[in-house]
Amino acid sequence: MITDWSPARLDVQGAVLEVVRAPHPVLATESAEVDPLDPDMIQLAADLVATMRVSPGCVGLAAPQVGVAAQMFSLDVTNHPKTRTCHGVFVLCNAVVVEASRNEKAREGCMSVPDFTGDVKRATRLTVAGVLPGTTDQVTITTDAFEARALQHEIDHCSGKLFLDRVAGAHAVYPRKTYL
Amino acid sequence: MSQLAVTVIGPDRPGIIADVTEALVGIGVNLEDSTMTLLRGHFAMMIVCAGPFDEVKSALEPLRGELVITVRKMGPEHEHAPIGAPYMLSVHGADRPGIVAAVTRMIAAAGGTITDLATRLSGGLYVLTAEVELPPTAELEMLDRALEITAEELGVGVTLRPAESDEL
Repeated sequence: MITDWSPARLDVQGAVLEVVRAPHPVLATESAEVDPLDPDMIQLAADLVATMRVSPGCVGLAAPQVGVAAQMFSLDVTNHPKTRTCHGVFVLCNAVVVEASRNEKAREGCMSVPDFTGDVKRATRLTVAGVLPGTTDQVTITTDAFEARALQHEIDHCSGKLFLDRVAGAHAVYPRKTYL
Repeated sequence: MSQLAVTVIGPDRPGIIADVTEALVGIGVNLEDSTMTLLRGHFAMMIVCAGPFDEVKSALEPLRGELVITVRKMGPEHEHAPIGAPYMLSVHGADRPGIVAAVTRMIAAAGGTITDLATRLSGGLYVLTAEVELPPTAELEMLDRALEITAEELGVGVTLRPAESDEL
């Protein structure tokens, strides 16, 4: 069960890694599938969680964002106001979308594209399959709302795609609004 | 090298952007921010770029004629510091003069600033969409009410909704 999983199961200390920014080429590279039992990948999983934890407002981080072209990401949408279904904190390897429906448009930002936001249509009902790091078991996650959006955003990173590749129109990219 | 504002407008045809930008890249100009769109039958380009003023003028000279082109030197760039939270403003209804003026006046009166705005007229339907920033001091309820009253007077519908983005 994915909800039983916790980063403690990785049994390694995660390091905080530097987050790379577009136009870094790794962000446009299709990542390779990973071996979820490979100790390097287990370390990477812990590093992703650690880096996500120290980044304010960050609900997900994909391996390419720390410079590694691997199909792995961490996610945790707990306590986000737009979250409905929530599977807590988890890392997923080799994730694929199995089913997606009910598209809705919303504005999203990304740590790797700090100066822009964009309107992107994404499925609000989603089923994803993948493997938890340190295991060989295929897990299936069925979710909705914000967790569904975040999952699709991270899976896109693993395919070398940014939200900029999916914006909903020529006027759908905006300068980032940061204000005090 | 100075920062230049280049505007181009003319009857639409395939290749306007390619012609203009090829002429610019040919003399080493780098496009920075730009917006280019079709306004009824006219294609309009607004470009801010860095380049040598005289060379840019002469590079674009052969395109003048059906295209109306202006090149101006810009003063020092002022960084736009967002004044507050972003909102999307939509207005639609039967066309009549004064919709944009009345609605944007309400935004300005609340201390808000508009960072992007487009209007379209199709048949009798007029549509305005705008990105607005409102200062934290803006009285949202008052502004909503003021917009409602203005919209009622104009016979249009208006919506102002938050355009916050989610960090992923």
